[in-house]
Amino acid sequence: MRFDDLLASVGGTPLVGLPRLSAALGSPDVRIWAKLEDRSPTGSIKDRPALRMIEMAEGEGRLTPGCTILEPTSGNTGISLAMAAKLKGYRLVCVMPENTSEERRQLLRMWGAEIISSPAAGGSNEAVRVAKVVAAEHPDWVMLYQYGNPANSLAHYESTGPELLADLPEITHFVAGLGTTGTLMGVGRFFREHKSEVRIVAAEPRYGELVYGLRNLDEGFVPELYDAALIDTRFSVGPRDAVRRVRELLELEGIFAGISTGAILHAALGQGAKAAKAGERAEIAFVVCDAGWKYLSTGAYEGTVDAAEERLEGQLWA
Amino acid sequence: MTVEVRIPTILRTYTGGEKAVSAAGSSLSSLIDDLEANHPGIKGRLIEAGDLRRFVNIYVNDEDVRFLGGLEAPISDGDQVVVLPAVAGG
Repeated sequence: MRFDDLLASVGGTPLVGLPRLSAALGSPDVRIWAKLEDRSPTGSIKDRPALRMIEMAEGEGRLTPGCTILEPTSGNTGISLAMAAKLKGYRLVCVMPENTSEERRQLLRMWGAEIISSPAAGGSNEAVRVAKVVAAEHPDWVMLYQYGNPANSLAHYESTGPELLADLPEITHFVAGLGTTGTLMGVGRFFREHKSEVRIVAAEPRYGELVYGLRNLDEGFVPELYDAALIDTRFSVGPRDAVRRVRELLELEGIFAGISTGAILHAALGQGAKAAKAGERAEIAFVVCDAGWKYLSTGAYEGTVDAAEERLEGQLWA
Repeated sequence: MTVEVRIPTILRTYTGGEKAVSAAGSSLSSLIDDLEANHPGIKGRLIEAGDLRRFVNIYVNDEDVRFLGGLEAPISDGDQVVVLPAVAGG
């Protein structure tokens, strides 16, 4: 495969079977497939929406050479934007919760992004709130705002969805993480239009209590992109199951994934077990959002699961 | 049937600081009525105009009740119910 530059190579990730994890479900008619988004230029699925958001803003004339981009991000979107901004000549300012891994901060700085830290309590909610304040102070900066930007889900509608259908025409389930909701909304809408029987399953990380430390319920947050009609079910997955599954993925299939992928795999295996029990055929594709490198310092991959779970308490691990 | 309901920090003023309380009911709706009987005021924080509040998520055995029938979601013995405020990811 040959591309004009790194940005042109975004997308087109491999879909690989997981024969050992599938066999453990006990039915030859149930198979699990991993979409390896860690094989993206900056190592995460966020390269797709980041590039699409920049291109759309350029097309609309909102982004012009020399502009400053502002974005609230817990990491991966910021890293993708930083790479694209560097190649395209934009300055990038990220608002990031302070309870995110040090690797993510280093990567952002490496690609030239400036970081404004937001308080740990409240997690990404707080980053969104701080970014809105900063945006009001700098009206000339362009906030792409992944939580409400249609280009985020459009990237998946245009690329991730069609790639899955081409590689796995017999697909019955799609399972992905629920953060900005962009992946599920884009792929969900694609399948609703092209193969409506595909079940769209959301896996949502359940963090420690600190992250839910709102002052009142009205400070809660649902991304503007979210449309519940585009998914069929939604599971909350805690750090214990995420760690257990991410280790199984490495142990049985050799895939070294980030912690949030463990949560997604947990939901995918749940769907697989359900289909096997009901004697139904299932071809389940799930997203490997990123690899594990950025999370080594969290201690998720070593020692007992109990100790790993404890270390993740209070961290934004997805 | 009686099940355990996990309460988020922000609503523990209604449960005397308890992280988890017991409640009985065969549907989410009756479960919440039972919660209200023992912890007055909590229902109004969970439900508004006959539906779950926008920023409240409730999970039965880790599955979002909005996909299990909402307030009519069935509750069985041994189920684990978790209440969480909606927060941003990404």
